[in-house]
Amino acid sequence: MEILVAIALGLLTSAGVYLILRQRTFPLIVGLTLLSYAVNVFIFAAGRLVTGLPPIYDKAAAGYTDPLPQALVLTAIVISFGMTAVIVMMALGAFLETGDDRTDMTKTDPSEGDTP
Amino acid sequence: MSLALIAALPFLGALLPGLMIRAGKNACAGVSGFVTALALLLLGLNAPAVLRGEVVQTRIDWIPSLGLNANFFLDGLGLLFAGLILGIGLLIILYARFYLSKSDPMGEFYSYLMLFQGAMVGIVLSDNILLLLVFWELTSLSSFLLIGFWKHLPEGRQGARMALAVTGGGGLAMIAGMLILGGIVGSYDLTVILENKDAIQSSDWYLPALILILLGCFTKSAQFPFHFWLPHAMAAPTPVSAYLHSATMVKAGLFLMARLWPVLAGTDAWFYIVATIGLVTMVMAAKIALFKDDLKALLAYSTVSHLGLITMLLGFGTVEAATVAMFHILNHATFKASLFMSAGIIDHEAHTRDLKRLGGLRTLMPITFAISIVAALSMAGIPPLNGFLSKELMLEEAAHTVWGGSPWVLPALATIGALLSVAYSFRFIAHTFLGPVRNDYPHTPHDPGFGLWAAPAFLVALVIVIGLAPMGAAAWLVNASASAATGEVVTVKISHWHGLYAPALWMSLAAIGGGLMLLGLHPRLMALRDATPRPDAKRIFDAIIEPMAALSARITDALHDGALTRYVGIGTLAIAAVSYFAFESGTHAAGTRALMPIHPVPTLGWLALVSATIAIVIYHRNRLLTLVLVGIIGLMISVGFAYFSAPDLALTQILVEVATVILMLLALNFLPKTTPRESTAARRGFDIGVAAVAGVGIAALSYALMTRDFAFPTIADYHIANAKPEGGGTNIVNVILVDFRGYDTFGEITVLGIAAIVIFALTEALLRAGPANDRLLAWRPDQRRAGDRHPMMLVVATRLILPIALMVGVFIFLRGHNLPGGGFIAGLVVSIALVMQYMASGFAWTAARQKIDYHALIASGVLIAAATGIGAWFNGMPFMTSDYGYVHLWPLEEFELATAALFDLGVFLTVLGAVMLSLASLSRIGLRAGETVNAQPFDIDPSEGRRLETEEAR
Repeated sequence: MEILVAIALGLLTSAGVYLILRQRTFPLIVGLTLLSYAVNVFIFAAGRLVTGLPPIYDKAAAGYTDPLPQALVLTAIVISFGMTAVIVMMALGAFLETGDDRTDMTKTDPSEGDTP
Repeated sequence: MSLALIAALPFLGALLPGLMIRAGKNACAGVSGFVTALALLLLGLNAPAVLRGEVVQTRIDWIPSLGLNANFFLDGLGLLFAGLILGIGLLIILYARFYLSKSDPMGEFYSYLMLFQGAMVGIVLSDNILLLLVFWELTSLSSFLLIGFWKHLPEGRQGARMALAVTGGGGLAMIAGMLILGGIVGSYDLTVILENKDAIQSSDWYLPALILILLGCFTKSAQFPFHFWLPHAMAAPTPVSAYLHSATMVKAGLFLMARLWPVLAGTDAWFYIVATIGLVTMVMAAKIALFKDDLKALLAYSTVSHLGLITMLLGFGTVEAATVAMFHILNHATFKASLFMSAGIIDHEAHTRDLKRLGGLRTLMPITFAISIVAALSMAGIPPLNGFLSKELMLEEAAHTVWGGSPWVLPALATIGALLSVAYSFRFIAHTFLGPVRNDYPHTPHDPGFGLWAAPAFLVALVIVIGLAPMGAAAWLVNASASAATGEVVTVKISHWHGLYAPALWMSLAAIGGGLMLLGLHPRLMALRDATPRPDAKRIFDAIIEPMAALSARITDALHDGALTRYVGIGTLAIAAVSYFAFESGTHAAGTRALMPIHPVPTLGWLALVSATIAIVIYHRNRLLTLVLVGIIGLMISVGFAYFSAPDLALTQILVEVATVILMLLALNFLPKTTPRESTAARRGFDIGVAAVAGVGIAALSYALMTRDFAFPTIADYHIANAKPEGGGTNIVNVILVDFRGYDTFGEITVLGIAAIVIFALTEALLRAGPANDRLLAWRPDQRRAGDRHPMMLVVATRLILPIALMVGVFIFLRGHNLPGGGFIAGLVVSIALVMQYMASGFAWTAARQKIDYHALIASGVLIAAATGIGAWFNGMPFMTSDYGYVHLWPLEEFELATAALFDLGVFLTVLGAVMLSLASLSRIGLRAGETVNAQPFDIDPSEGRRLETEEAR
């Protein structure tokens, strides 16, 4: 099972990086979302994969999985929602302000000016 | 504790003026003065002990592992300086209240001033050299703000930049020197360092440490060749010049030399570096001061000269000379601060401070004249004023000091310095006040109100009192500070008359006579000086700085060309390269942990996830399809969490997924629906390569991680063992969130709240008049609208679901401490239930029916969480310690009540508020773009089969 999770993590990362490199805001947002999936799962996997041992007290339980990465990832999931929301808003704002959704601001780009 | 409080009070006080300015200028200045007076009072309470020879200490461990502790101590030296800083600070606050004009932002000024005051007090009270360095840098920063206070003046900005570059650069050298010093002694505590003279002076590192520390001191105290920044800093408002550039900041360097005097002084290196630099500075600056026409420039160079004098005295390395240095620090602060304030008054009243345009003011401004003449005579060293006393003592010390084998060099040059000092002091008086009254002043001057001249008058009174009764008025303070600075018991004897055979008498007479002669010759000397070329320090400084600035600008521009994708590419490859290097340079063996079997059903889920990921890359140009695929991936990940024993994560993930997709859908409404193909095949190939490197790296890393057991004993056991007995809950993840790591969670909900408010602010900015707003007003939907935006089925269903969903939310919240659930999850459940209403019945229709303010939700959530944490203090426990107990309330079963549940309520409210505020902000953009608002819940009334009225929302 570990190999499958590792492959999935690798694919999510690759897809995330590739989309971020696509020079437009929407793929960038989606790419960041995929990357945050990958990061969250990676942190979660640092507690090692276990089935059937949820970290909830139970007299019949044979043991418990590591609860700490779970607590870290839980807040990370919610925070990444906040982050995504901010970036979405920035992307929307940039598009509405300039009529353009490129992420690169190179010197030749006419949308970049000295005006604040 | 009180010492730390003295240092902290001005910093706390810095927060107040900005608020109090709303209550008027008097309130603003009053609150600054009150805080300063309070700190001064606290200092005064400690004074008796210090004067008895005790050392008051306050020790607070801050980062003990780095040797950085918030340790403070107060001895005589600290008392002298802290007294000057706070006492003159109080006078400056009074003076500035009447000096600043209506258009100056006074709250800002006082905030900067208090910040500076706190940093200065911190320097002189620190017992830890690392802490001292922190305060040292803070004075550089706050003085930058103060010098550049008049932002509209280019001289102010340039002067501030120059001061920051010079003093900040010196500060860097000093950090290195201090670290060496701490390294030699093995402690960063000043009190320990001061006891290790032999270890320091016999170390090979003594000379490097000495030079580096002196670089810091000389730059701060404007010693040659770093003196040039001080005159340029005169672009600051005069209260700043009087405070920073005469009484306090420039003396920070002197303070440090005096502080480290017991361990650094006494060697040849110390004598020849410090005494020589001081001597050169004294004579050279006095000469320049004589030729300055600008009153403040004259005073600035005179200050440099006097700082040189004190540096020279410290450089002599004898206890007597150091004692005189202490006395002159006190005297110089009194007469020079009052002179600066007088110069400010003249500038304020006559609208010029150019000596060529002044003269004859004695009848027009009698009070200012009286104040100035006393202070200037003291500066010239005329008996019986205090400047005379310390100058005599200085000349006496110089007369007995041999420099380079010659007994004549020092006395002769010191006399020339004193002579020049007399000349420029007399010139200050003569060219400002004496002579005929003119009729071409830019503004007819007259004496200002009491508020403006009260502060300099008080200082001048001190000048006279110390001058007339030095033994009663100042000797105790000089004794205490000199004893502390030198480490020996000093009992000073100050008198006006040392006898006919004292060399100082004849040196003084020569200085006064020569000074008068120079004043007479002044016009001719001026012409001579104008005819000779001389170096311009600012031009030299610019010639050094500008190429460096241009070089760093070139490097920055080359690295940051604005292409985000380039940064990401470079960053990804760099991380991969470093990781690969780490992997290559280590040893590697396959993992030994027993692997889990692969079952068919989870494999199906994995296949869905993998295919959706691949599909996203292939079809990412179709943005709507991308969103659907993101949904699939999120769903599969949440199923995966459930499979791998993480029910809380599974719940959170699936709920966040819903909120994220709704959010992105709302945004996508206004974004292009497709991503154009614009990169070349080569570029795409390169990007695939970068992405593949990252993916392979992460996959390999995670596989290596998962196939090994923990390298160290995990701390999970602690959490598992203590969740119930300590936290009172059986859901360990929830107990960690609200109890063990409550502090982290508190930080996280704060971040979430801030993120939501940022989104709100961005929306506000977009909806203000501007290109974005214009674009929204002219918005034409690029896709066909639905004929029935609010289908009846959906409206009715969501309404039926609402109470049930809310109840589920409450249920999940309540059981969260023991079973999967809790504040985060419940917050998401409830917000999705509410968002469903918005989606079904329309934003405006729903918003009109619920009156909850999301800002208030976020704020109350964070506040409740904070209050719960603070509540622990009342139990005598540290912040965020939770408590719980069991309550039996008829007719309910016995249930548990934990403070953690209250904390979780804060989490719940913040999450709810943040999610709702983010989504509502996006909806507001939709309304601006011409979405209509339905008056009824449905668009179409099915009973009559007609379209209902809608209205414009704009």
